[in-house]
Amino acid sequence: MNKIVSKEYFSENVIKFEVEAPLIARSRKAGHFVMVKVGAKGERIPLTIADADTSKGTITLVVQRMGVSSSKLAQLNEGDEITDLVGPLGQATHIENFGTVVCACGGVGTAPMLPIVAALKAAGNRVITVLAARTQNLIILEEQMKQLSDEVVVMTDDGSYGNNGLITKGVEDIINREKVDMCVTIGPAVMMKFVSELTKKYDVPTVASLNTIMVDGTGMCGACRVSVGGKTKFVCVDGPEFDAHQVDFDEMLMRLGGYRDIEREEMERFTCKN
Amino acid sequence: MRNIKEERNEAWRADLRAQIKVKERMMAPRIHMPEQDALERSRNNKEVNLGLTAEQAMTEAKRCIDCPDPTCMKGCPVSIYIPGFIKQIETGNFLEAAKVLKETSALPAVCGRVCPQEKQCEAECIYVRSGKEPVAIGHLERFAADYERESGHISVPEVAPANGIKIAVVGSGPAGLSFAGDMAKMGYDVTVFEALHEIGGVLKYGIPEFRLPNNIVDVEIDNLRAMGVKFITNCIIGKTLTIDDLKEDGYKGIFVGSGAGLPRFMSIRGENLVGVMSSNEYLTRVNLMDAASEESDTPVFLGRKVAVIGGGNTAMDSVRTAIRLGAERAMIVYRRSEDEMPARKEEIKHAKEEGIEFMNLRSPIEFIGNAQGRVTHMVLQVMELGEPDASGRRSPVEVPGQTETIEVDEVIVSVGVSPNPLIPSTVGGLTISKWGTIEVNQDTMQSDIPMLFAGGDIVRGGATVILAMGDGRKAAENMNRWIRK
Repeated sequence: MNKIVSKEYFSENVIKFEVEAPLIARSRKAGHFVMVKVGAKGERIPLTIADADTSKGTITLVVQRMGVSSSKLAQLNEGDEITDLVGPLGQATHIENFGTVVCACGGVGTAPMLPIVAALKAAGNRVITVLAARTQNLIILEEQMKQLSDEVVVMTDDGSYGNNGLITKGVEDIINREKVDMCVTIGPAVMMKFVSELTKKYDVPTVASLNTIMVDGTGMCGACRVSVGGKTKFVCVDGPEFDAHQVDFDEMLMRLGGYRDIEREEMERFTCKN
Repeated sequence: MRNIKEERNEAWRADLRAQIKVKERMMAPRIHMPEQDALERSRNNKEVNLGLTAEQAMTEAKRCIDCPDPTCMKGCPVSIYIPGFIKQIETGNFLEAAKVLKETSALPAVCGRVCPQEKQCEAECIYVRSGKEPVAIGHLERFAADYERESGHISVPEVAPANGIKIAVVGSGPAGLSFAGDMAKMGYDVTVFEALHEIGGVLKYGIPEFRLPNNIVDVEIDNLRAMGVKFITNCIIGKTLTIDDLKEDGYKGIFVGSGAGLPRFMSIRGENLVGVMSSNEYLTRVNLMDAASEESDTPVFLGRKVAVIGGGNTAMDSVRTAIRLGAERAMIVYRRSEDEMPARKEEIKHAKEEGIEFMNLRSPIEFIGNAQGRVTHMVLQVMELGEPDASGRRSPVEVPGQTETIEVDEVIVSVGVSPNPLIPSTVGGLTISKWGTIEVNQDTMQSDIPMLFAGGDIVRGGATVILAMGDGRKAAENMNRWIRK
């Protein structure tokens, strides 16, 4: 059992939790994730670690209310316990001084980007962060990103805040403006697909952090498999980060949709009960 | 240690032998395990085998002639004192029989259910040599363990005085539990670290309820707790804590029984379509996560036309799960013939009775999906048997030009697993084979890191519950010797 130390709303559906997990706080690195399960009959879901405080023995998780499992987690409050929490899992982000790195993140993907931006900056990179969302109130962590990055570019689809346009426009403008050595992207699969297509065109090496379906998360079930460079890889142990230009995003999107109908039914039932 | 020869000469044993002539004992037919009706059980998740009654068990126990040299014991990977417990059953002393079992086996109720006795103890039974059906050792083992559990008088094996030496166990499957039990008996301070949220490893996530109910596993785990074994769930050694952390915490020995890992796939077209999954995923959803029940948040797709690829016990578990979850057609697709199937004969028989179709000498070459990426068909290559291969089994060869296309909406790939990569990839100094297994001294189970022993699937690749338990037992004996040195 892991106690929730604090809860903060980034927006109506995006919530930040600080959770007691001293061992994970100590051993985690940027890019690692945890598996979280709420309730005895809960589902195991992967969440990337957004931050950790070794002195307090806590890790930070950011969750977006989507289906039943994320909603159950979002309902928990300060002082509540998360039934099961295990990690840190996956391979840590490969950090080195690449030169100039664009960190392109969308929606809730901004949270796991935070420690990566911090680590890249610490390694001596010039870091330009592109924050993107549909609309103003879905832009999260802008202040923290500003503190860590050399520059932050905000993009909203509806132009309600920052620049008007999709994330790809933000990234493309930077590439056209200066030499970019590396790009890291985290966000919805379809967003990462388009960022990857763009950077491929400009030959900018790109890493994407994939958020596939997982069951155990420890390298046992294979639910998370993706095709990378024509080979089957397991996101939980080989990833979650891969060379984005080699990832078959269309296959990944298809696999992510595999349980959509069941999930929708479950969500309807859950909403009726609550 | 028991002196088997002397015990056999004890008065009660000699009297018992004298009561019925050997010839008469050997005339009696082998008992048949009562089973749930096939049609009924294919629609529920309750145990298929119902267990022997006390009367049936005592009758079957009489068949055992109490050989002076019990060859059956040589067939048992943990050397259970077989005549010892069977003769206790014959006299109606069932609790004593259970005690005998627990001296060597941490999980008798589990072994009595899932061990391939027909290839082990029962294969070495004297009856087999005279062309008769062997004593039903497995059924009797299960009976004694079940009797004890249901009686409410569960005995806790004798534990040596605490020696204060801390031992860590990585993984709570059969290898780890067996090791933990033996070390606890020798007085060690044993802590088992489990990566998942439940204790039991493959006994929980893999083997289905209808073959091994979870509550039976839990009782055996409680028994280990009563012996002083501690369990920590949600803790991955190599990730949450490192081997160095354990050393710093004062652990003097570590046993790795981290089991199977990544499922193998066949690398054929369409294998990543939605609805194609590994047996590990399917069984974990259904068994560990209870996905088929209303209360569970974990989804599982309930296929109507389900194909399971493979011929092992895991394939049988998967296909029989599929029919219980409402499949109209549940098929085994196996590239060799039934004679070469690695699954237990009992599982194959049960599967057939439950209406499972066997498509033998077929090998999938492609899966076809619809616009949403859901699997809709599989293309099978027809095979025939050729020359024997390295495993001694006749190898399948393609019949040129012969393929079949069959409608499916769920495919479960059960062609094996590779060892769990977490320990091999995070612990330096271990020798890892090209298959990803940890290399150990076969006689002692000790690895190249002297304090680290290993056993079960992480060493063997893919084996059985009882072989894993045997490894755990061997490792305990040798770690004790190594620590005492």
